[in-house]
Amino acid sequence: MRGIVKTFPGVRALDGVDLDVAAGEVHCLLGQNGAGKSTLIKVLAGAHRPDAGAITWDGAPVAFGSPHAADAAGIATIHQELDLVPGLSVAENVVLGHEPARLGFTRPRDAEKIARRLLARLGHPEIPPRRELGELSAAGQQIVSMARALARDARLIVMDEPSAVLDPEEVRNLFRVMRELTADGVAVVYISHRLEEIREIGDRVTVLKDGRTVARNLPARTTPTADVIRLMTGRAIEYVFPPSTGPAGEVVLEVDGLGRTGEFADVSFTVRAGEVVGLAGLVGSGRSEILETVYGARRADTGGVRVHGRALPRGSVPAAVRAGLGLCPEERKAQALLLDEPVMRNVSLASLRRFARGGFLGGEAELADAGVVTAQLDVRPADPRRPARTLSGGNQQKVVLARWLLHGCTVLLLDEPTRGVDVGARSEIYALVRRLAGEGVAVVLVSSEVPEVLGLADRVLVVREGRIVHAGPAAELDEHRVLDLVMEGADMTADGLAGAGS
Amino acid sequence: MSEQSPISPARTTETTDAPVAGGPESPPGRPEPSRLVRVLFEGGVGRNMGLVAVLVLLAVVGVVTAPRTFPTVSNLLTVLTSASIIGVLTVGVTFVIIGGGIDLSVGKVMALASVWATTVATQSFGALVMIFCALAVGVGAGLVNGVLIAYGRIVPFIATLAMLISAQGLAELISGRRSQIVTDPVIAAIASTRILGIPLLVYLFAVVIAVGWVVLNRTTFGRRTFAIGGNPEAARLAGVDVRRHTVLLYVVSGLCCGIAAIMIASLTTTGSSTHGTLYELDAIAAVIIGGTLLTGGRGTLIGSILGVLVFTVITNLFVLNNLAIEVQNIAKGAIIVVAVLIQARARSSSTT
Repeated sequence: MRGIVKTFPGVRALDGVDLDVAAGEVHCLLGQNGAGKSTLIKVLAGAHRPDAGAITWDGAPVAFGSPHAADAAGIATIHQELDLVPGLSVAENVVLGHEPARLGFTRPRDAEKIARRLLARLGHPEIPPRRELGELSAAGQQIVSMARALARDARLIVMDEPSAVLDPEEVRNLFRVMRELTADGVAVVYISHRLEEIREIGDRVTVLKDGRTVARNLPARTTPTADVIRLMTGRAIEYVFPPSTGPAGEVVLEVDGLGRTGEFADVSFTVRAGEVVGLAGLVGSGRSEILETVYGARRADTGGVRVHGRALPRGSVPAAVRAGLGLCPEERKAQALLLDEPVMRNVSLASLRRFARGGFLGGEAELADAGVVTAQLDVRPADPRRPARTLSGGNQQKVVLARWLLHGCTVLLLDEPTRGVDVGARSEIYALVRRLAGEGVAVVLVSSEVPEVLGLADRVLVVREGRIVHAGPAAELDEHRVLDLVMEGADMTADGLAGAGS
Repeated sequence: MSEQSPISPARTTETTDAPVAGGPESPPGRPEPSRLVRVLFEGGVGRNMGLVAVLVLLAVVGVVTAPRTFPTVSNLLTVLTSASIIGVLTVGVTFVIIGGGIDLSVGKVMALASVWATTVATQSFGALVMIFCALAVGVGAGLVNGVLIAYGRIVPFIATLAMLISAQGLAELISGRRSQIVTDPVIAAIASTRILGIPLLVYLFAVVIAVGWVVLNRTTFGRRTFAIGGNPEAARLAGVDVRRHTVLLYVVSGLCCGIAAIMIASLTTTGSSTHGTLYELDAIAAVIIGGTLLTGGRGTLIGSILGVLVFTVITNLFVLNNLAIEVQNIAKGAIIVVAVLIQARARSSSTT
């Protein structure tokens, strides 16, 4: 694949991506959430048409207009969200779309034979082909999904985070099957966040970031982990971060012993007025979960949150908002915006009470005030009556920020505030965050980009596997140190596995 | 809202000369229409020009086919009176659908409220208690719907379908499957009262529309209804109590059922479990041809009312021309399909 470009309204999801996969190799695709991995494999699987770029398959240029075309060419995809039918039997799922049939009548016994053979090959002869799929565990369904890919006699199998739902034993089994497949000349594109897996099974690595290829065909086993993570999280362009503004005020936000079973535990920190606290950590470390729990969008199992000394009730967003908290969530479109509504209504959503007298909305003041804040943030185009859908990613983010600016919050929680945001808008958002801190707002920032955390935050908390493993002033840290802290565990596991393998 | 906010922008004074345009869809550069036109556009008349055109067309057909009976004041009042009951139900259903739900139970909740309000025991307390009873039954049923959906996490379709069935059963149980005659003179008089020559039922309909319109377009309640219908997760993270609001939406719908129950009890002078059969489908159909998205987040009350009027005028035309009632339903079905097709075209051409 060469120079693949795919744009969605407001976002350039892929911006010139290259990927080479050779027969008989396991090619690992790495990148943060939102780097474009899923979009890329959807292009490969024919689910999206690229806007530009070329795909060469077996030496000939191809253009897959539909998933069916990719399937016919021998490309099978195991998606992250399992694309199986829970109401059908295991065997029916395995042969779905390719049912053995005579004169239009299906031949269930042939289907069962095929399914039994493939499941045995995958090391799971105990899965009964007649069983209804929905009754199987998530791992069992993953196995069926793989059997289905094998049933197509695919020559390229794309696996999007298959190990996420598997236990270590099953991952080993999966790897054994992958080795058998590659020995037969099948190519595998393997996506995972777990670096240790990539060390074990991968041959070559391609790293994506912000819709671009930042590294191609690195050797999977010998590239240092630190280099890989730097490629995923680092930044090619240097940004100028506005300087920190003076000493912080009194403590505004106190988080004490916060925990949610299976996500994170024993998280305690405080944020002062005028201070920016950054949470650094890998995807899946629990950083977003911590932020959402502080906000009450997830109910804490243990611990509590206090704002200005007053405890917040667990699991109540309205109470958090009343107490002066505001969240810019990770998934802007899904979690923050009313895409069909005008910008002005998106901005005023959290502050309706201010514009209402006895529940009645006045009209003019709302439009005028929304106009004032969007103008302050330089939201373009500068018409608060435009539907939010028509804005670019950066301007949509500014609309979400404008919502809390208008509301006047004292604690601002930012989850990946610059994801999918273009270069110019990034700098503006950095300046705004600093300005708000200068005006006495307490800011908590979650970002995948270490330079962003270091450049913007006064203090940094490093989160690993649901725990805060380091807390200290940003000035005492550099990128290397943070990366070491972020992946200490992952590094050890990788070494351990490498040791066990040799 | 936080008191110690350091960053609230200065509240700007109200400006009457601020540039106004004809709603969010109007392209920039068009001459600025007057405030009244803008209010009507915002309220949905502009978006529903197609339905207005259909109404005009139907009126022309009426004038041509029944020149003596159709274009008369008394026929107009007949149309409005027969539209009033289903119209009141439609107002409630519009709220629920814009909020991302569906209410299948309105017809039978209305029947249940009419039965409960007209039992011998209830009637013995007089008209005020009867009215209170009908409203309480409607609100109670709406509350049950809302709690099951918002807190019990039952799909709205299922929860309100169950309510439809059980309200029907309860109405039959209470009435013993007999029509209960309204003996209270005040209730009986509601439908026959005219003020300035216009039936009281039409005034009631107008009041419900007016209150509904104001609540939907001019209050925080209405704004939040659009928000939770458009993106419930975004509304939740912006601090809207989505579950409580969902309950309130079904309570609004139930309240409308209670009002409609009084109206139908007065009009037919009976309370009966057979009232309102399939009214829910007519109400939903009116909301849909009125341009409200079944997925929620977009819609207008005016559109729903125009939808009700289109259906009522069709019925009126068939009756005046002595045409078979069966054909009338085929015509209604065709209108639903055509209206939705036109809207889908209009939407895709306006978004690209």
